[in-house]
Amino acid sequence: MLVKLTKLAHARSGDKGDTANIGLIALCHEYYPIIVREVTADRVKQHFKGICKGEVERFELPNLGALNFLLHGSLGGGGTLSLMTDAQGKTFSTALLRMEIEISDDEARSLGLI
Amino acid sequence: MKQKIRIAAGQGFWGDLPEAPVCQVEEGPIDYLMLDYLAEVTMSIMQKQKARDPKAGYARDFVPLMKRILPACLERDIRVTANAGGVNVEGCAAAVRDVARELGLSGRMKIGIVTGDDILDRIDDFLARGIELRNMDTHEPLGMVHDRIQSANAYLGAAPIVTALNEGARVVITGRATDTGLTLAPMIHEFGWALNDWDKLAAGTIAGHIIECGAQCSGGNCQYEWQDIPDLANVGFPIAEASADGTFIITKHQGTGGRVNVPSVKEQLVYEMGDPREYITPDCVADFTTIHLADDGKDRVRVFAIKGRPATDSLKVSISYSAGYKAVGTLVYAWPEAYDKAKAADRILHARLERLGLRFDQILTEFVGVSATHGPLAGEPSADLAEVQLRVGVRGDDRQAIEMFTKEIAPLILTGPPVVTGFAGGRPKVEEIVAYWPALIPKREITAHVKTIEV
Repeated sequence: MLVKLTKLAHARSGDKGDTANIGLIALCHEYYPIIVREVTADRVKQHFKGICKGEVERFELPNLGALNFLLHGSLGGGGTLSLMTDAQGKTFSTALLRMEIEISDDEARSLGLI
Repeated sequence: MKQKIRIAAGQGFWGDLPEAPVCQVEEGPIDYLMLDYLAEVTMSIMQKQKARDPKAGYARDFVPLMKRILPACLERDIRVTANAGGVNVEGCAAAVRDVARELGLSGRMKIGIVTGDDILDRIDDFLARGIELRNMDTHEPLGMVHDRIQSANAYLGAAPIVTALNEGARVVITGRATDTGLTLAPMIHEFGWALNDWDKLAAGTIAGHIIECGAQCSGGNCQYEWQDIPDLANVGFPIAEASADGTFIITKHQGTGGRVNVPSVKEQLVYEMGDPREYITPDCVADFTTIHLADDGKDRVRVFAIKGRPATDSLKVSISYSAGYKAVGTLVYAWPEAYDKAKAADRILHARLERLGLRFDQILTEFVGVSATHGPLAGEPSADLAEVQLRVGVRGDDRQAIEMFTKEIAPLILTGPPVVTGFAGGRPKVEEIVAYWPALIPKREITAHVKTIEV
């Protein structure tokens, strides 16, 4: 079944120059391995097609049940140079949470998602 | 020596809630008030202000704030650390001294002044000696913008602030000091931590990171169960209750709104994060993958087990340079076919700009209400949208071209698609862009200067 990331995680995003960062935090301990498995750097790059023009890097923080993504080349030049409404990347967090991931019905059941 | 101190954050950025620092002082016990005024773009704004008025260039609201809270701070033994000095630390300190005298505090307090971050006059010397100051993000050489540099500052850490506190300063004012240093310095001063006790320095640094954005760790901008966060109108700003052993608790004053819990602290921890194993400050390298969090009662989160590594040999430098001009114009189109009308207006505007022969480095159209924040991820909008805002921005070196663009927005009201409004603000303003150039410099090149002045 397809599950929207909003069901599994919360997030906050920000900027460093032309790079947006998104911290993706599992809503509970049991969801962390799923986001680690499914929300890969490649998957995120694909998700932000047309928005993120550079590389996507991913870092793991198992202690916080969180992943950190750096989306390079995403903010129209960044800082004061950018013409974007969201020049500081503040809304990239929920843009990522729009992602849908595939998990088996068995797994979904064991996690109480259905 | 104290075993526990309470460091309160009073500002998450320059322009944050004016009452927040007052509440921090008035509504419960604290030992330190930490005020972070400098986001990356703030130095460039202050630089612009100083160019217009040599007496300006610092966070001006800091001065009336000090006037308001200094008597209470003295009475309750609360000290203040603030990077309010911006690009004119001496000017800021002089203004604070003046209000302290007005309050009759002469002879009763010292102000600490931390400078040495300003390296504008030394750029040519650095370049001549092969210190390239390449852009940390793009790796471009500084030569590309050399003739347009407006300010250059190295980020100072906690050490000079500690010196000022050791010398008895009640208020320490810095220029470009790291926001984390403003929180870490009181811990080093009070607990006598060694400047190579990396785990403890990392802990204090992370405490600083958590509270440096004000209420963003205590319920503000918090996604987790946001509808249930109580009384944000009266949101309590965060307090780091630090212990000498390097553990600390994030909390807020009792009776205030907002919420401090593990999810709210996690959201702030990941904010503006790079490589979590390497959070590099002038003071240490903090490892975010070692942080442990635990609930410690209502609105209390315990943070512990943090590990750090030795500081690097470099300091970060922020250089601001003049980067042309920009303007943004907006119009609002109403139902029916609001989105189609906004798109049609955008086509007409582009055709007119083309006919005028105007060239820009960048032109960006956004449709607020449809895709301005999430772009293509937002999907196709409903055909029945109540309204859509057309937002067009341009950027370039030719000020005149940008000026001409600003004159093309309002005419769309009478010469474009129907049922349009939202132009009460008048013609868009042409804004001079001061852009940010991050670089690294060897630490040995920078010497912080600390002095304390009697009021």
